[in-house]
Amino acid sequence: MTGLLYLIPIALAMGLAGLIAFLWALRSGQFDDLDGAAGRVLFDDPADIEPPASDRSLPP
Amino acid sequence: MSAVATLAPPRAPEQPTVTAACRHCGAPMARGGGDFCCSGCAGAYAFIRELGLERYYAGRSFDPGARLPRPPEEPAGDAALYAAAAGDGTASLTLLLDGLHCAACVWLIEQALRRDPAVTIARVNLTTRRLFLRWVGEPDVATRLMRTVERLGYRAIPYDAARESGSSEEERALLRALAVAGFAAANVMLLSVAIWAGFPGEMGPATRDLLHWVSALIALPAIAYAGRPFFRSAIAALGARRTNMDVPISAGVILAAGMSLFETARSGPHAYFESVAMLLFFLLVGRYLDRRARGRVRSAAEHLLGFAAAPATVLEANGASRRVPVASLAAGDTVLVAAGERIPVDGSVSQGRSSVDKSLIDGESLPHAVEPGSDVLAGMLNVAAPLRVTVRAVGERTFLAEVVRLMEAVERGRARLVALADRVARRYAPAVHLLALATFVGWAFAGPWQAALLNAIAVLIITCPCALGLAVPVAQVIACNRLFRAGILLKSATALERLDEIDTVVFDKTGTLTRGRPELCREGSSEDADLREAASLAAHSRHPLSRALCRAAPEARAAVGVEEHPGEGLSQATPEGEIRLGSRQWCGIPESTTCGDADLELWLARPGLAPLRFRFEDELRPDARETVSRLKAMGKRLVLLSGDRMEAVERVAAELGIEEWTARVSPGEKCETLRLIASGGDRVLMVGDGLNDGPALAAAHVSISPSSAIDLCQTAADVVFQGASLRAVTEVLEVARRSGRLVRENIGFAILYNLAAVPLAIAGLVTPPLAAAAMSGSSITVVVNSLRLGRRA
Repeated sequence: MTGLLYLIPIALAMGLAGLIAFLWALRSGQFDDLDGAAGRVLFDDPADIEPPASDRSLPP
Repeated sequence: MSAVATLAPPRAPEQPTVTAACRHCGAPMARGGGDFCCSGCAGAYAFIRELGLERYYAGRSFDPGARLPRPPEEPAGDAALYAAAAGDGTASLTLLLDGLHCAACVWLIEQALRRDPAVTIARVNLTTRRLFLRWVGEPDVATRLMRTVERLGYRAIPYDAARESGSSEEERALLRALAVAGFAAANVMLLSVAIWAGFPGEMGPATRDLLHWVSALIALPAIAYAGRPFFRSAIAALGARRTNMDVPISAGVILAAGMSLFETARSGPHAYFESVAMLLFFLLVGRYLDRRARGRVRSAAEHLLGFAAAPATVLEANGASRRVPVASLAAGDTVLVAAGERIPVDGSVSQGRSSVDKSLIDGESLPHAVEPGSDVLAGMLNVAAPLRVTVRAVGERTFLAEVVRLMEAVERGRARLVALADRVARRYAPAVHLLALATFVGWAFAGPWQAALLNAIAVLIITCPCALGLAVPVAQVIACNRLFRAGILLKSATALERLDEIDTVVFDKTGTLTRGRPELCREGSSEDADLREAASLAAHSRHPLSRALCRAAPEARAAVGVEEHPGEGLSQATPEGEIRLGSRQWCGIPESTTCGDADLELWLARPGLAPLRFRFEDELRPDARETVSRLKAMGKRLVLLSGDRMEAVERVAAELGIEEWTARVSPGEKCETLRLIASGGDRVLMVGDGLNDGPALAAAHVSISPSSAIDLCQTAADVVFQGASLRAVTEVLEVARRSGRLVRENIGFAILYNLAAVPLAIAGLVTPPLAAAAMSGSSITVVVNSLRLGRRA
């Protein structure tokens, strides 16, 4: 039974990590458009991807 | 829910023999030849090809519920007023889009806008149907960008994002509470299952107490955080000396959490932490769904209203003109009303001769001539020539205000409607509390008070109206979503319940059963060449009959040298003499040659030729007949009330087969008639769109308005539907009937489950695992039962 002493904190830490990840995703707007995001992937092709914005340059 | 992929055209064909579909919007076309159903679609197709975005056509799939992607006939108003300028030279705007079908539409709109050099962000949200735009430059660019969206075939409506932020913040707070409750429920349940499996068995009391303490550590903060929405509402209700569903919930949650903590402290065998956490989780699911659907629908309805209140153009003393909100006008101001604009205020014409369409005010389908000195009312449409209007009255003294007063009076008279769930809760809560008290007292006589309290709390937990809290919102959310996708907005939370109860449907005529605009009747002697000639004159006028002529002969070119004489007709000077198009008097036709309905007609008089008559009809909405017969099949009593002329109303009533009809009814009389019908015990559904319908819409048991109605009606109506199809009325009734049945079934389930579980709880036989299983079982039953509504019938 002593295993519980570290297993419970590990389980809780994993659960908390999930909760924090969810709250982060919520805050950053990942759940704002569930219908559109699913379809977007069908239309993105390399030619459509826009030139990177000025503040974010791609590595050469 | 994603768009259903169908390759078939989205609307059922009106004619059985369809030879082609429009290449842009996919609408079926009965006639051969031509690739497009209208010039707007041809333009949109050319525009998309010009941008190089043809891939849209290959990738799209139609959503049968959405509006066809057909460019709007009339461009929407001035978007620049709604654009917000940021300090750094950029401006932003949120638009609500009508006509989105699938991800291809999203892609098309975003790509087309990004071709515009000024645009920095263009992002469409398919769920909320909003487009967020940011660009470099002045707010004026907004109009150009909005035009781009419209040219693609979508209707865009500027949207005031600031107005909505409050409700979406509340929604997010609920979602956060839901996440925390979910986390707590899952983890505490994990520990509880271990306790139930291991004790009494290999697990010793020390381990069990440890697990109880860990559960308390997780559950108590989570309950304190996730329970706030319920506690707040319960306190508010108690403060107002009322009780609602949240009172027994809060009492159950707090007592159960406190008792479990007490049991843990004295190392007792039973703790209910997992039940409390799960209870909160399920209730928050119901609460969140409820809030989300309602918030979305409400904001959509709100912004439709906001846009309808178009600004007025004020002419200042120095001759400059300025766009201002109608609310800031004062008596004595001079307002410019261009042809085709709605008159924003009550006043009198100070300059200009024109005709005004009063159909929204009193249901009259024919325009009236106005000249300097004529009185005009807010809501009339100026059809012929620019007018200058001197504002006579603002605020309280306008005709509009009078109608609003009438509406407020009937609304006060209407008994305050209580949602079904609250009605149930009102009886339920005291019963539950009495039952718990009785259990406590009964057991206190029989043994120690701790055991009695534990049993009383088990009663509270078992009866916590978890399934009841889900029963109504889940059914309503699914119904709302289904209607929203069909372009029907439910504005009132109790509308579905009330729609389920009605047995009489009262229709307005102009703009409700009919399209509210006249169309040429293609019968009789008019030759195509004559029609073209008439249309070439008519092209110079915005009078509804002239525009109908132009629609009937789209190939006609505008003639030169045509003059418009408001209220009379048009004239063209030619070498042979004057050609005249217009009323009977204008063309000098003696009254004796009357043939039938004397009002909707135009005459064409040419030198040396017999005068020619064009007859018009206010066309019925395409499926008015079908809707009426379906309503009859549902066993509803139908009544037609209109402010229009006797003959026009009689013809429509006869054509649709509505036996009860009254013409020339004033707004007050409409109200009175409704009251009369209601006093006979009937529940009335009012469908109307005009200012004259406003009080009647408010007085009816429940009311529906098309989105083409004036803002006042949309405010008064419980349901607003978009598009030309009247099918919305039967669709709403059908969904209301099914959701009403579901809600009753759900409440039945919840009560049945209580009847089974409460005796066990009173007898002291309910253990934590039994409570948890019963609770989730009933909630899941209710949700699964409600999901049936989402399926397409």
